[in-house]
Amino acid sequence: MPMMPDFSLAMPEIWVGVMACVILMMDLFIPGRDRVITMWLSLFTLAVAAWLTIRQQWGVEAVTFGESYIADNLAVVLKVSIYAMTALAFLYAQRYLKQRGLLQGEFFVLGLFGVLGMMVISSAHSLLTAYIGLELLALCQYALVAYNRNSQLAGEAAMKYFVLGALSSGILLYGMSMIYGATATLELAAIAEAAARSGDNILYVFGLVFMLVGVAFKFGAVPFHMWVPDVYEGAPTPVALYIGTAPKIAALALFLRLLAEGLGALQEHWQLMVAILAVLSLIIGNLFAIVQSNFKRLLGYSTVSHIGFVLLGLVAGSEQGFGAALFYVVTYAITAAGAFAIIILLSREGFEGDRLDDLKGLFRRDGWAALALLLMMFSMTGIPGTVGFYAKLLVIKALIDVGMVWLAVFAIVFAVISAFYYLKVLKIAFFDPVEDNSALQASGGFRLILTGNALAVLLLGIFPGSLMAVCLAAFG
Amino acid sequence: MFEGWPLLSVLVWLPIAGGVALLAIGRQSAVLTRWLALVFAALTFLLSLPLWTGFDPHGGMQFVERVPWIPVFGIEYALGVDGIAMPLIILTTFSTLIVVLAGWDTITDKPSAYYACFLIMEGIMNGVFAAMDAILFYVFWEAMLVPMFLIIGIWGGENRIYATIKFFLYTFLGSVLMLVALVYLRFQADSFAIADMYGLGLPLSVQTLIFLAFLAAFAVKVPMWPVHTWLPDAHVEAPTGGSVILAAIMLKIGAYGFLRFSLPIAPDASLKLSGLLIALSLIAVVYIGLVALVQKDMKKLIAYSSIAHMGFVTLGFFVIFPIMANVGFSDGGALLAMQGGMVQMVAHGFVSAAMFLCVGVLYDRMHTRQIEAYGGVVNTMPMFAAFFVLFAMANSGLPGTAGFVGEFMVILSSFKASFWYSLLAATALITGAAYTLWMIKRVVFGAVANEQVAALDDLNKREFFVLLVLAIAVVGLGVYPAPLVEVIEPSLQRVLDVVTAR
Repeated sequence: MPMMPDFSLAMPEIWVGVMACVILMMDLFIPGRDRVITMWLSLFTLAVAAWLTIRQQWGVEAVTFGESYIADNLAVVLKVSIYAMTALAFLYAQRYLKQRGLLQGEFFVLGLFGVLGMMVISSAHSLLTAYIGLELLALCQYALVAYNRNSQLAGEAAMKYFVLGALSSGILLYGMSMIYGATATLELAAIAEAAARSGDNILYVFGLVFMLVGVAFKFGAVPFHMWVPDVYEGAPTPVALYIGTAPKIAALALFLRLLAEGLGALQEHWQLMVAILAVLSLIIGNLFAIVQSNFKRLLGYSTVSHIGFVLLGLVAGSEQGFGAALFYVVTYAITAAGAFAIIILLSREGFEGDRLDDLKGLFRRDGWAALALLLMMFSMTGIPGTVGFYAKLLVIKALIDVGMVWLAVFAIVFAVISAFYYLKVLKIAFFDPVEDNSALQASGGFRLILTGNALAVLLLGIFPGSLMAVCLAAFG
Repeated sequence: MFEGWPLLSVLVWLPIAGGVALLAIGRQSAVLTRWLALVFAALTFLLSLPLWTGFDPHGGMQFVERVPWIPVFGIEYALGVDGIAMPLIILTTFSTLIVVLAGWDTITDKPSAYYACFLIMEGIMNGVFAAMDAILFYVFWEAMLVPMFLIIGIWGGENRIYATIKFFLYTFLGSVLMLVALVYLRFQADSFAIADMYGLGLPLSVQTLIFLAFLAAFAVKVPMWPVHTWLPDAHVEAPTGGSVILAAIMLKIGAYGFLRFSLPIAPDASLKLSGLLIALSLIAVVYIGLVALVQKDMKKLIAYSSIAHMGFVTLGFFVIFPIMANVGFSDGGALLAMQGGMVQMVAHGFVSAAMFLCVGVLYDRMHTRQIEAYGGVVNTMPMFAAFFVLFAMANSGLPGTAGFVGEFMVILSSFKASFWYSLLAATALITGAAYTLWMIKRVVFGAVANEQVAALDDLNKREFFVLLVLAIAVVGLGVYPAPLVEVIEPSLQRVLDVVTAR
């Protein structure tokens, strides 16, 4: 006789799911074209979800729904950062969408359903839950990329993303079926137990490889990164912002749940594979970013290289390494959001502002925006005083503590190579003469949010202690 | 009067706050930003003086502040100064004040951002010298690149973009390896406090790797031959103020790193590799001196002469090993060599700053740095010429000026290591005199070269004041270096004790 599921534990998911439906319906009856109510309602949903998550799930460690759903500290950290990044994406998106007549309720609804998918991944305690969450997220993303249906570029990007994404989901599912075949269970704790007992079975490694490929695709790790630059370039900038931030956190959640918790016994097997993915991501991501002339594509390749760092944290395989990866991905999301926001700021109707040359003379046009860009770029480079430094420091420390000193040296040398193209961006923005001297149109609200975003990068760069402690507590 | 004050924190954060304030008021008024920058710089300088008056040479680390900063990793916000760091902090606050005055009416493009960069830079550099925690040190060390990158890139000369990106990448590549070494040391020492990393008794192979990682960082900053090539570019393209800070402070930070990290943390490796380091230093002294001789650009000439002078510093730090091998460490020769290096650091801070300011004075009037564009400047600018010749004498190591003291101490002590070391080092006095005085001859003396020179105005009051202050410092340190030596001696002795304790 199955036990009654504990609905109260899953309140955040239920709330977001219900609210997404409510907003979808309500939006039909809201007059006017500004969608202000829809946006604030979405933000309200996220805020309440954060409150519910912390209240219901922090400090507990419980499974429910037939052991396919888990609530623990890790889930809380993941979910709250996902809410925060999504809220940021919503706030930044408004201006861009409005200028292009794209401001419709669907953007927020799709975004919220994506959040629901990410929440389900974060709390997944069975293969099936993880897969369902992933598909929910992926479908929302495909639709969002094609959101501007008049844009050929976006249509092409969405098609590529969809085909490759469907393929990778299939691969992931195939790997899951292997693991199911080997263990006769979908539930992660039982899988972990079975793997610990007979993990040298070749079937496990076989399934592991396919699952890792699926996860690597969601991360955008080399060699499964092909979709990243195209999607970043083709998607409307706010969508690229959305895709480039919160889903990366969800991809980490997928890795941690499936591979670290479920197949932790196979660590020696996946450690090497992940190390190869990480090294390739660092090399390809950084080298290809150097030659880009489109800022969004550059950010796409730079994401790939940062994913390399995240994976290195996972390679370390220790609690500290996982904590480092979590810290890295969260802080990277904050930084990347700021960088995309600069592109949104540069754009206006009929002008995307996503070429690197569009940044020319930004320092003289708008010193405040240039300063924000400076912080974001130096944070991505890993210069102290910005949060990016501590992200890299944590990963390197985790690697050195488990004796992988040379991997740390390799990573850090590539951080120097990455400095070249981030400096190139700054060179264009600060040192090149102005070409287009029109003032940047930005509402006070937009500036306020970007200022807050930049301050977050700066202040977390000076006082990183508490966020670090939270990220480590998720594994403690 | 200042007891109980977190004086070092004030010295770090006051200028940074000033920089932020300048950015905030932004483009309001150039006059206001100038005065505000001057107030912050002067206030910081005045507040750094209690470090000197309240300093006890035998007291070890002083003005210590410790606050847990990132508790999960035991990283502390720990500041403190000893006799090595204290003079350098005062040099920093002094130089920044000079720079603010020097840019007074020559910087018209975005003055608020210009002064903000220098003030933030000042705070960061004070942090580098005062940090007692390795990560804190690294944070300041690396953050230093950002304002300098902007200073050269925005207010620099024609080729400034190439120069600033080269500067950034060179120094960044050098220093990231140090980060790996620091994290590894934390793994060994179980603490990020620099003092805890001393005397770990690591095996020689590990020490060698650590030493090389540190060397990559410090050698680029000093800069030592053959990783010096960023310096002439950066110096030439930087605005005058940038050159002054680069030469007076940033180069010293590399040498400071040797004293604080390389020597005490990896003494065995320092001993093993001292031959290499001495060779690189001597190449810098002799070869770079010859390179300076053929320069056509005044700033480039001074930049190369800086590299040669810094060669004396590193020579003084590493010649201690052969000295101790020859005469034992109770002799005092090793201590003398290190003192020489340290005095040379401070002296070069004053002299090179003065030289770059002099070139800046000419550049502001003529907008060229080429030696051949000048000639007979003494006829139209007699006051300036007097200062310029004085600083040139100091640069070539004339007794009675600051330039002489350190070089003489290093040469004297290196006799105890090897006759050839001191012979080679002493040739620098000759080449130094040759390239400096030859430049002086071509620029200052002779007949008036062209109409532009004939139309030059002599120093205004502000320039006169700045150069006068520097002249007093240069001569004062040259005639009576004892106070400085007394301050640094016990601290250097402690470094030496750690090095010999193996």
